[in-house]
This record gives sequence, C-alpha cells and structure tokens, in this order.
Amino acid sequence: MAYVRKVWAIVVKDVAAELRTREMTSAMLVFSVLAMLIFSFALNLRGAVAQVAAPGVLWVTVVFAGTLGLNRSFTREQVTGGFDGLLLAPVDRSAIFFGKALGNLAFMGIVEIVLLPLCSVLFDVPLLRPGVLLVMVLGTVGYAAVGTLLAAIAVNTRAREVMLPVLLLPLAVPALIAAVQATSGLVAGATLSDVRPLLRLLIVYDLLIVAVSMLTFGYLVEE
Amino acid sequence: MREDRDTLGLALIVVSGVAMAAALAAVFLYAPREMTMGDVQRIFYFHVSSAWVGFFAFFVTFLGGVAYLVSGKRRWDVLAVSSTQIGLTFITMAVITGSLWARPVWGTYWTWEPRLTISAIQLLVYVAYGMLRGAVDDPEKKARFSSVYGIVAFVTVPLSWFAIRWWRTAHPDVLTSGEGMAFAARMGHTLLASLVAFTLLYITILRQRIRLARTTDTVMRLRAQLDRSR
Amino acid sequence: MIQVRGLNKSFGPHTALAGVDLAIDPGEFVALMGPNGAGKTTLLRILATIARPTSGSVRIAGLEPAKRGEDVRRLIGFLSHKTLLYEDLTAEQNLRFYAKMYDIADGPTRTSHLLERVGLSSRRGDLVGTFSRGMQQRLSLARALIHRPQLLLMDEPYTGLDPNATQFLTDLLADLAGDGCTVLLTTHDLERGLASGQRVVILVRGRIVHDVQRGEVDHAAFPDLYRTLAS
Repeated sequence: MAYVRKVWAIVVKDVAAELRTREMTSAMLVFSVLAMLIFSFALNLRGAVAQVAAPGVLWVTVVFAGTLGLNRSFTREQVTGGFDGLLLAPVDRSAIFFGKALGNLAFMGIVEIVLLPLCSVLFDVPLLRPGVLLVMVLGTVGYAAVGTLLAAIAVNTRAREVMLPVLLLPLAVPALIAAVQATSGLVAGATLSDVRPLLRLLIVYDLLIVAVSMLTFGYLVEE
Repeated sequence: MREDRDTLGLALIVVSGVAMAAALAAVFLYAPREMTMGDVQRIFYFHVSSAWVGFFAFFVTFLGGVAYLVSGKRRWDVLAVSSTQIGLTFITMAVITGSLWARPVWGTYWTWEPRLTISAIQLLVYVAYGMLRGAVDDPEKKARFSSVYGIVAFVTVPLSWFAIRWWRTAHPDVLTSGEGMAFAARMGHTLLASLVAFTLLYITILRQRIRLARTTDTVMRLRAQLDRSR
Repeated sequence: MIQVRGLNKSFGPHTALAGVDLAIDPGEFVALMGPNGAGKTTLLRILATIARPTSGSVRIAGLEPAKRGEDVRRLIGFLSHKTLLYEDLTAEQNLRFYAKMYDIADGPTRTSHLLERVGLSSRRGDLVGTFSRGMQQRLSLARALIHRPQLLLMDEPYTGLDPNATQFLTDLLADLAGDGCTVLLTTHDLERGLASGQRVVILVRGRIVHDVQRGEVDHAAFPDLYRTLAS
C-alpha cells in the first residue's frame, strides 16, 4: 500500500508542478495542433484517401508530441538535482518509474483529448468511437512506458534532446504499427474482434515493456 | 612486456578462413543454377547467412547486457558492444544483398517485405545503440545504459516481426511468391555450409574484437597511471 | 554508525576513492576535509546510497546498503550542494511530498514544525524558485531532516551562506548533535572544519591521510600540516 501511495505522490507532484507552469502541456498541445494542421495542408486529402491517412497522421503526431513531454519529464527533475532526492528516499526504484510513467501518460492523454476531435474534423474520419479510444489507451500506455525508460537514459547523455527520439522511435515501431493498423481498421468499419490480433500485440507490448522497465529502471538512475 | 600468444584465436582464423573458402566454392561451383532467377539467386546463401549472424549477434548483445547488469563485470559489456558492432556489419550486408537480390527478382531495390523491413529496423535500433554509447562519457554508465537498451531492443524484436507481418499480410503482396523457390538438396547443403562458415567468421571476429577492447582498456589504464605519477 | 572498509570508486580510468577505511560511532560529529577533487562528495554519495562503490564494503548502522537499501535510507538525511527541491512547487508542497516519500504519518504537522524551525513559515505558500540561495538552503535542510534521521550527511553546507544563515546552521547542528544525531559534513574551509567537528578527517586524492580528535589538534600548526598533506 505504501508503494501505491508513493507512486501516487510522484504523479501528484508532477501534475501540480505542471499545472503551475503549464510549460510542458502547452508546448505539447501547440506543437501537436500545428503538426496536425500542417499534415492537413501538406497532404491536402479529401474523402476516402483522407480516411486512410488520418490514423497515421494522428499517431505520428502523438509520438512526436510525446517526445517533447518525455524530454521535459526528467530535465525537470535534474534542474535542482531533485532526482537525487527521490533516490535518497526509501522508495523502490520501480515505484519512481511508475510515478514518472503515469505522469507522462496523463500529459499525453490530455494531448490526445484535443487531437482526436481535431483530427476527426480535419480529415473527416469518425475517431471518437469506443474502439478507437481503447486503441489510443493501449498504444499510449506502451509508448509512455518505453518513453519514460529511455528518457531516463537520454537525460544523462550529451545532446539529450536529440538522443531521445533516436533511441525511442525504433523501439516504438511495433506499438506504432499495431496502433495505426488497428485505428485504420476501426475507422474503415472493422469491429473490435476483427482487429483482435493487433490489440493483443499492443497488450503484449505494454506488459513486456512495463516488466522490463520495472527490472531495469534502478540500473539507469543509480550511479 | 611479452606478447601473449592467442593460439585459439589463430586456430579460429584458420578454421573460419577454410570454411569461408569452402562456402564460396559451394555457392559458385556446387549449388545448381536456380531455374527462374538464374545466377543472381546465389546471393541468397550469403544474404541469409548475414541476416542470421546479425540477429544472433544482437541476441548475444542481449545476453551480455543481462549478464553485465547482474554481475557488474566489465567483460560482459565488452562482449555486448563487440557483438553489436559485428551484428551491425552483418545486418547491413543482409540489407544490401537483399536489395541487390530484390532488384532483378522483384523489379525494385526496396520493398516492404517483412524480413527486409525488420532487418532495416534492427539496423536503426543498433545504430541508436552505438550513438548512445558515443554520448555517454563515464564507461560504467555507458555500460549500464547500453545494457538496458540492448535488453529492451531485443525484447521488441519479435513484436516488430509480428507487427510487420500482419501489416503486410493486410495488403497481400505478389512479391511473396518469390519465397516459393524449389529447394534442391544441393541448395540446402550450400546454405548450411554458408551458415556454418558465417557463424565461425562471427566467432573469430568477436574474439579479435574483444581482445582489441581489452588492449584499449589496458592502454587507458596505463595512460591514467602515467598521468598520476607525473 | 558508519563502517567503511577498503572502499574504492573509479569513474573509468579516473580513481575517485582509493581504499578508504573509516569508522564513525553513533553521536560523533565529524568534519571531512580535503582539497577540491579529493573524493569527499563521492564518499558522501556512496554513504548516502545514491552511488555504488566499485569495490569494498559499507555498513550503515550494521546494515548493507546494497541489500537493505530502504531501511538504510530511512536512517540517513543528506544535504547535497544541490537543493533537491522542486522549483515549481511551494515550500510546503515540497516538504509534504518528501514526507510522503518517507512514510511520515503526520506529514502536514511535521512540515509546519520544520518550516517554523528553519524560519520559513511565512513563505510556506511561495514557489521555491522565488527563494534566495540561503532560503533554499534552509528549506533543503528541512527536507533532509523531515524523517528525523539518525545520520546526517552534509556536502559543503556552509558554501554560499551569509553570516546569519551560517549562525543559524551552526546552532541547528549543535541542537542535532545534542539529540544524539551522528553528523558527517564536508568542507574545504580549514577554520570551519576545525570549528565544527569533534573529529577531523582529511581526504586527499581518494585516501584518508589524517584522522584526529579536535582535542588533539595543535591549532597553530594545523594550517601548515593541512597544506603539506593536501599538496
């Protein structure tokens, strides 16, 4: 129980700090709205073609906006050496991972809440459906988890801001492909049971990444 | 300082050299000419072998990473990074030979065929691994970070494979009929010979690469000692 | 309280600690001195369990940090040269957050008490980012004390403090020492080190070169001795 309480305290702390400055969420939101508009101009699609492109555009935007937030997630800890503060506390390293990952998940969720209706309107696709929302959740969980793990690495490297996408994107490929395919299928009228293999792949990805992160996060943050 | 003789290393060089020569001979002299694709099909033996060594090398990187995190012993990190570099070389060869083969057979250098795609993704993953190592100064941190990265990377390989497979099968591809080539017994022997030769070559290079890393470590240590005594 | 044997720490080819042996009894007040780059911070970070030794053994209150990390961390308060505070949170939010991390049952009461003690009660609702260096240092001290640690490790606590804050810190440390808290602080300031510790340990190039009780120190000859040892 103490474990859950500490995870929650970390999430609350990150959200409270973010509510104060809104640095991260506003940057993510503005970036993703801009990206979505630019995709819309650049691809200039209508009708059936737009439907095919929309899921890819949506996910690519989420992925790039995500890297913005993930980069901030640990630099915020490092400015005042706060990360040492967490490491000094009698808290399991995996609880720190879960706290940070859940915070990142929340910030990406906020971005997605804005992006989904926007993308529906711009590309004229019905994205606001329970099935699509499920895919969004499953895809974002895995992405936030692997992103949090790799952000903890990237923040300790030279050129940290550029390092994160280089490390993260190739490892996000399975989740990205599965999420885009499942979203496309659902938009084109497939049922949830039609895309079940893809959903299963997303769930396996989420579980594997979370398990590996729990086991390895301590090695990343200790000196 | 006496130079230590690496008998096993020398033996490996000789053995893998002979095996490579034998494999080459088998590819060009023993294996039959493929009916529809002609001589260009011969690239297949080395293509498959390079891909095999690439994936095997990344598996060794994964094992080295786990062993390093558990034991903290530097030699496991040396094993992991050495294996990655060799794996990168071979997976690059696999991608290049693959597209050379694809051109006359499928009429295009690049196609999102699952096996080619996953090789390309692996290439990107382990290039990122190399960049990560280049961006961390402290050798101990470098080892820990890249061990974790090697582990997560390897875990995602099978998932990437399934994702790409389902992705492509969603759009049936005429190109996959290229797989339907008839396997004569001689072709099977030749492939086996190439696989063995490439695996031996991998082990030989790995051993030399690890020795090189040890020597580098020794030089660094001596240099640090020299700086201190000044 | 602290038993260290044959402690080594290297960062690649660079050796930070080379065979440190150190034993500190409960209730002792020790000043760890040495020139910059001597390995003081590294030693403190290893004792605080946030860095791992390359080799050698460390016991805190008889416990092995590598195996009983959480129990050991409950005993230790660590004041780093970084504040370890979140600038986008208020003073009170910072302390309450750390109270939760340390499983403090009466977090809000403890927070108020400590804010009072470090003289920041009136600024409790202000963002830490707006605090002066001295105020941040005081709040950081409250953070380090939130779980009533038995062992207080402090890295250069006097650096950057004005005379008022210095006096405040000295008084507070005297109080803590009176309560039986073990204190180990680092400083490169000779007089400060002599004034604060009952025992003075000098670390040079990763080795302990001198270890005396304050009573045995010849104050007149000490600066020369220190200079000889440190060079």
